Amino acid sequence: MTASAAAQSPKADALPQSRIRNFSIVAHIDHGKSTLADRLIQICGGLSAREMKAQVLDSMDIERERGITIKAQTVRLDYRARDGLDYQLNLIDTPGHVDFTYEVSRSLAACEGSLLVVDASQGVEAQTLANVYKALDNNHEIVPVLNKIDLPAAEPDRVRQQIEDVIGLDASDAIEISAKSGLGVDEVLEAIVHRLPAPKGDPDGPLKAMLVDSWYDPYLGVVVLVRIVDGKLSKGQRVKMMATGGNYLVDRVGIFRPKSEIRDSLNTGEIGFFTAAIKEVADTRVGDTITDEKRPAAQALPGFKDAQPVVFCGLFPVDSSQFEDLREAMGRLRLNDASFQYEMETSAALGFGFRCGFLGLLHLEIVRERLEREFKIDLITTAPSVVYHLYMTDGTMQEMHNPADMPDPVKIDRIEEPWIKATILVPDEYLGSILKLCEDRRGRQKDLSYAGSRAMVVYELPLNEVVFDFYDRLKSVTSGYASFDYQIIGYEPGDLVKMSILVNAEPVDALSMIVHRNRSQQRGRVMCEKLKELIPRHLFQIPIQAAIGGRIIARETISAMRKDVTAKCYGGDVSRKRKLLDKQKEGKKKMRQFGRVEIPQEAFIAALKMDEN
Amino acid sequence: MDAFGIYIHWPYCAAKCPYCDFNSHVRREVGEERYLSAVLRELDYYAGLTPGRRVSSIFFGGGTPSLMQPATTARILDAVAGLWPVEPDAEITLEANPSSVEAERFAGYRLAGVNRVSLGVQSLRDDQLRFLGRLHDVAEARRAIAIAHDHFDRVSFDLIYARPNQTPEEWRAELGEALALAAGHLSLYQLTIEPGTAFYKLHEAGKLRVPLGDDAAALYELTQEICEAAGLPAYEISNHARPGEEARHNMLYWRYGEYAGIGPGAHGRIEGPAGRLALSAERDPAAWAAQVERDGHGLVQHDALGRLEQAEEMLLMGLRTSEGISPGRLRARTGYGIPAEAIGPLMQDGLLLAGTPEGRIVATAQGRLVLNALIEDLARHLAPQDRLAAAIEAA
Repeated sequence: MTASAAAQSPKADALPQSRIRNFSIVAHIDHGKSTLADRLIQICGGLSAREMKAQVLDSMDIERERGITIKAQTVRLDYRARDGLDYQLNLIDTPGHVDFTYEVSRSLAACEGSLLVVDASQGVEAQTLANVYKALDNNHEIVPVLNKIDLPAAEPDRVRQQIEDVIGLDASDAIEISAKSGLGVDEVLEAIVHRLPAPKGDPDGPLKAMLVDSWYDPYLGVVVLVRIVDGKLSKGQRVKMMATGGNYLVDRVGIFRPKSEIRDSLNTGEIGFFTAAIKEVADTRVGDTITDEKRPAAQALPGFKDAQPVVFCGLFPVDSSQFEDLREAMGRLRLNDASFQYEMETSAALGFGFRCGFLGLLHLEIVRERLEREFKIDLITTAPSVVYHLYMTDGTMQEMHNPADMPDPVKIDRIEEPWIKATILVPDEYLGSILKLCEDRRGRQKDLSYAGSRAMVVYELPLNEVVFDFYDRLKSVTSGYASFDYQIIGYEPGDLVKMSILVNAEPVDALSMIVHRNRSQQRGRVMCEKLKELIPRHLFQIPIQAAIGGRIIARETISAMRKDVTAKCYGGDVSRKRKLLDKQKEGKKKMRQFGRVEIPQEAFIAALKMDEN
Repeated sequence: MDAFGIYIHWPYCAAKCPYCDFNSHVRREVGEERYLSAVLRELDYYAGLTPGRRVSSIFFGGGTPSLMQPATTARILDAVAGLWPVEPDAEITLEANPSSVEAERFAGYRLAGVNRVSLGVQSLRDDQLRFLGRLHDVAEARRAIAIAHDHFDRVSFDLIYARPNQTPEEWRAELGEALALAAGHLSLYQLTIEPGTAFYKLHEAGKLRVPLGDDAAALYELTQEICEAAGLPAYEISNHARPGEEARHNMLYWRYGEYAGIGPGAHGRIEGPAGRLALSAERDPAAWAAQVERDGHGLVQHDALGRLEQAEEMLLMGLRTSEGISPGRLRARTGYGIPAEAIGPLMQDGLLLAGTPEGRIVATAQGRLVLNALIEDLARHLAPQDRLAAAIEAA
């Protein structure tokens, strides 16, 4: 700590708000956000060349592999501009994914401006567009930056035109750079200083800080990332979180460069972190307002929302003896990801597991992948479900996110399901497939426009149709060229029914799902066909049926095993045959017993990974 | 007195057949004299483990035991008679190849005491014999069967069916000819592709296709029908006999009786002081001989079987036969039984016979076709029936 304290730069700390610039970078995956951030850090001396590792800001493996950031991160840069003055630049790297729209909006709310980084050969993507709109919603000044200008395929003029056509931003003074080679990066720094506004907080007012993000550090406990809007946050101060009501004593204040440095305080307009013996990340809410306990702010900052999971699924260990390991792993993940919820669930088919809630399908994927990769637990994932609103005949409303919890339909007046507004950008030649996909998924077209050779399609879709393999289909029908962003727009009534799957006349709870009545026949048929392929032949014939209530809507039959007998078995064969029997028994452990039918784990995994073609 | 059998393994063949995964070797690294001495020492050793048994059957298997000098056979049988009392009507079988050279030795084997031969005819079609890698032709096989009948009261021979592209009509004709040649016993094996064989490699490479599923089942069902009509019903999955002509030695295996296994790779099941022992010998003939010379036996496995393991072995073997398993005997020997709720549905599916005497567990013809799965199902339902078995299971 002494060493860090010695590294303090009193000059930088003393800078007035007029010398502070808080900004974020809006970019599509692979358009060079992280490379540009690295370059900025390097030029401003945040890290020596030796310390520069590729893409400093994405720290988790999965983040690096998928090119997405789950946690917001910040870095303070000291920059002496061409005007000879020193500036403090704070870059917030926002979580870059469709499921984290709220978190992105809070990160953006902590800044006054954004760099819009667009690949000069690729052009604007859907996700970029959505984030630019969010930045504009937060009154950001936006500096367009055309990256990868040195590539032969770069078309800066076309992309500049596209930015103007699609986003409606003046791109005439867009900066042309190559983040990789460093070309033009100095101009970016000058633009940050001269084109982005300074923060305009009240240094003398009561403390008002926005909670941008938080995470669990094994040494420091919960680390809270904040933007000081008004007043000042100091070590030893008692603070209050206005939404949760929690009171804490601040025991550490600091900034990231990107390595952490301890400070005595954070001043108005600055971005940094504090710790305060907070036990769990769940005690902190993104967007909450932190104020002084004794001299609180009159009003919290606008825009706070409690992040609610929108997608649910069951996660079960393939090996039932790993249930406790799974519980522990989930606890560990939740330490750092309060938006992920779980509670114990028992399934007749899959045994003990957890019902889990996520911010979206990709969030689900990330959590599942981390459980499998970091904690080495093989999982069965049940069909993802959205949260349905059940309006009962007695006038009450209940939420349902597990088909197993579906009440008797006669008691239900109507079911409402969440709808989203989806924005899809796609090369012209794939437009037909996209329209078909959206129409097949009960979509309502809201807009269709062109930007050069790319179409921008806006559809309203039931989220229930999107959690059901929509991304996979989107990727496959466009060879990966489509980009997609969505936001939830509200609930609407739908003709929804619970479809059960019966194997040998026994319902298999893990396979039941809520579907639109018009789509039930098709879904049922596909599921039965799949299961017919996936369940091995037994000693007896097995009917597989899809049913709504008592009505069978689809049926397949697995015929009985025909021949399986060893021709020769004498005195010398018995030991070998017994070992074979042991092996068969061992293999059966990976099956789930359902009445007299054994269903392999893979069958659940594969059956739930539906592909309608 | 319970039956007690002795199996003697002769590990050599003149050539390795492409379908065979038995412990057989073409190169003779151990001479016949040395083999004989080692067999005699192992017999001594087994005699020490089995005081008071009476030998009811002896079986020379291989390999090709008909490559053995009749004098060697005689020395072995004399030694057995010196170590145990032998039932006067003991069944003494020798497996033989139906070649003319070997047929010449049949008289010698008869003199040595062999009273039953089992001939590896395999097919009555010359092209099929070539495909199966056999060294004899059909004419030679027919002569060998005739010579065998001259010398032995009991003669059986083997055929392999469900061969590539074999139609039911072709098999019906061939089996008909075989039944005309048969005395009271036939072993009819469906061709199976075993790992480590030449056929396995061909099969893996997609160059060999054998009838599977419905086709194989149809050939099996046809075989049952023809043999039954000819008075040789199946008494085991692949074995057919006129009633009374069943191979007693093999029945001993299926009834889970006691037997000694002499020779390289041979297996034994002996009742020891602490329960049933699973014994097996070193497979490699040279290593086996060396071990016997050093230790007096070639055993590499000497395990006491648990009660559940014995119950599983009884199911694996007993359900192959048309007489099935006695639940009383299963319980008396192992403490395990199969609950009625596991048996009932299998009867309803037509896989187990209903209404058998003493509630015997017997697979139907349909059940025998899927016996591996049927046994697996039953084995999974084995439950302790007495307090000892329950206590062991709980531990």
